[in-house]
Amino acid sequence: MIYLDYNATTPCDPRVVEAMLPFFREHFGNPSSLHRFGQEARQAVEKARSVIARSIGARDEEIVFTSGGTESNNLAIRGVAQALRKKGNHLVTSSIEHHAVLNVFRALEKEGFAVTYLPVDREGLVHPEDLRKALRPETILVSIMHANNETGVIEPIEELSRIVREHGAVFHTDAVQTVGKVPIQVDDLGVDLLSASAHKFYGPKGVGFLYVRKGTRLAPQILGGHHERGRRAGTENVPGIVGMAKALEVAQDEMCEEARRVGTLRDRLEEELQARIPDIVVVSRGAPRLYNTSLVLVEYVEGESLLLNLDFEGICVSSGSACTSSSLEPSHVLLACGYPHALAHGSIRFSLGKWTTEEEISRVVSVFPGIVEKLRAISPFGKAR
Amino acid sequence: MYTEKVLEHFRNPRNVGRIEDADGVGKVGNPLCGDVMVMYLRIRDDRIEDAKFETFGCGAAIATSSMATELIKGKTVEEALRVTNRVVAEALGGLPPHKMHCSVLAEEAIRAAIEDYRAKRQRT
Repeated sequence: MIYLDYNATTPCDPRVVEAMLPFFREHFGNPSSLHRFGQEARQAVEKARSVIARSIGARDEEIVFTSGGTESNNLAIRGVAQALRKKGNHLVTSSIEHHAVLNVFRALEKEGFAVTYLPVDREGLVHPEDLRKALRPETILVSIMHANNETGVIEPIEELSRIVREHGAVFHTDAVQTVGKVPIQVDDLGVDLLSASAHKFYGPKGVGFLYVRKGTRLAPQILGGHHERGRRAGTENVPGIVGMAKALEVAQDEMCEEARRVGTLRDRLEEELQARIPDIVVVSRGAPRLYNTSLVLVEYVEGESLLLNLDFEGICVSSGSACTSSSLEPSHVLLACGYPHALAHGSIRFSLGKWTTEEEISRVVSVFPGIVEKLRAISPFGKAR
Repeated sequence: MYTEKVLEHFRNPRNVGRIEDADGVGKVGNPLCGDVMVMYLRIRDDRIEDAKFETFGCGAAIATSSMATELIKGKTVEEALRVTNRVVAEALGGLPPHKMHCSVLAEEAIRAAIEDYRAKRQRT
C-alpha cells in the first residue's frame, strides 16, 4: 500500500507512541489531583506545554490544549467574537479556509455578526490590499489560514497580520497544515492566535493546541472546571499531550532534512506526471507552497473515479471533487481560485510524508497515466469529434 | 461505501463508447453538477440491439451507466422505459443515499435517447 494522504492524517511516529505509553497505565493520574499520581501527570503536561511553547516562540501560559484543530479554530474564532462583541461585530476571513473555520463564521453570521470572505487570486493567495479594504472600524477579528490543506499554498501571514495589528484587531491563523512542517515563530508571524493539530505531524489524533497571545481576550467554549487557566475545561488528555510534544520535538529535529527529501520527491512527481499526461494542471505551482503537497487537476475526468482507480492499485490519495463528499459542489478552494466547475471536479491531491519513498513515487508515475487514459476513454469530453 | 457490484462495474464498465449513426442519442447532466452521461442506442423493430455510453462522473455514475446499458440491451423500447433509477440501483446492490442522483441520471439518459429515437422516426 502506498499512502499519499499525509495532509489528511499521519501515522504516529514510533517514538511518539513510546513516549505516550507510560501515561496510559503507570502514570494515569488526573493532573488536577493533589496526590503523587496527579502531580506526576501534571508535571508531564506542563513539560509538554513548555516544549510546545518553546518550539513556536511562545510562553508556556499562552498554550491551551484542545482536542484538535477543529476545536482550536472554534475556540479562537467564537472565543474572540464573543469576548469582543461589545467592541464591534465585523469579522474577516478568506474564502479558502477549512470548514472548521468557514462553518464557524457562517454560524456567527446567523448570530448577527457581519463576515467578509476575502477572495484569492488564481494561485490561491490572499492579497493584502483586499484585506486592507475589508477592514472597518468595527472589525474585531481576522482569521486567515497559514497553508491551505488542498493546494498547500502558504499565505503571506506576516504581511496580513501587520495590517490587522495596525488596525487594532485580533489576528488568528489556522496553522494545522504548517505546524511541524515549517518553522513557526509566533512573533515573526505576528499572530495573536494559532491553531494546531497533533495528528498532522505524526502525533496522535484527538489532541491539538491553540496559541493565545498574552492579553488576548477569549470566551471559553467548553465550560466546567478551571482547567487551562479557565480557557478550556475538561481533564487534560495526558497521553495525547505528551505525544504531541514529542511529535513536535521530532518534527523540529528532522524538519530541514524532511523538507529537502520530500520536496525533491514531490517535484519529481509533478514533473513526471506533467511529462506523461496531457491536459493536466498542477495547481499553484508558482506560489509559495508546502513542500509535500501537490494538487493536480485532470481535464475531462472526475476526481472520485481517479481516486478509486488509484485505490485499486493500492495508492491512497484525496480528491476535492464533490463526489467524495456528500455535497454536490466541488472544492470551494478551487472555485475560489477561479477554476471552472468541470476542471475543479477532476482534482487529485497527493500529500507526501515521512515514509514516502522514491519507489512509491515511481509506482504512482507509472500507474497514473494509464488510469487517466482509461477514464478519458469513458468520458464524453476532450476527444476530437 | 460502494457495493462489490458497483465497484465491479466501475472497474470493468460494459458497453463503453459510441455508436456511429446511432438511432437514438441522449445526453444528460451538466459539468456544473459533476456528471455528464451520453447514451447511444441502436434500435431495430423497436428493440434495443445495442447500447453504449460515455460518462464523465464519479464511480457511481460510471457503474450506473454500465448497468443501465446492460439492463436495456435486448429490451423493447417500451420495456426499456420501465428501467427506472431504482431498478438500476437495485441491480447494483444499492447505492449510498447521496449517490442516488447518479442513478437518476442513468434513467434520464435512457429516456433522452429513446425520445431522440422517436423524434428521428417521426421525421422520416
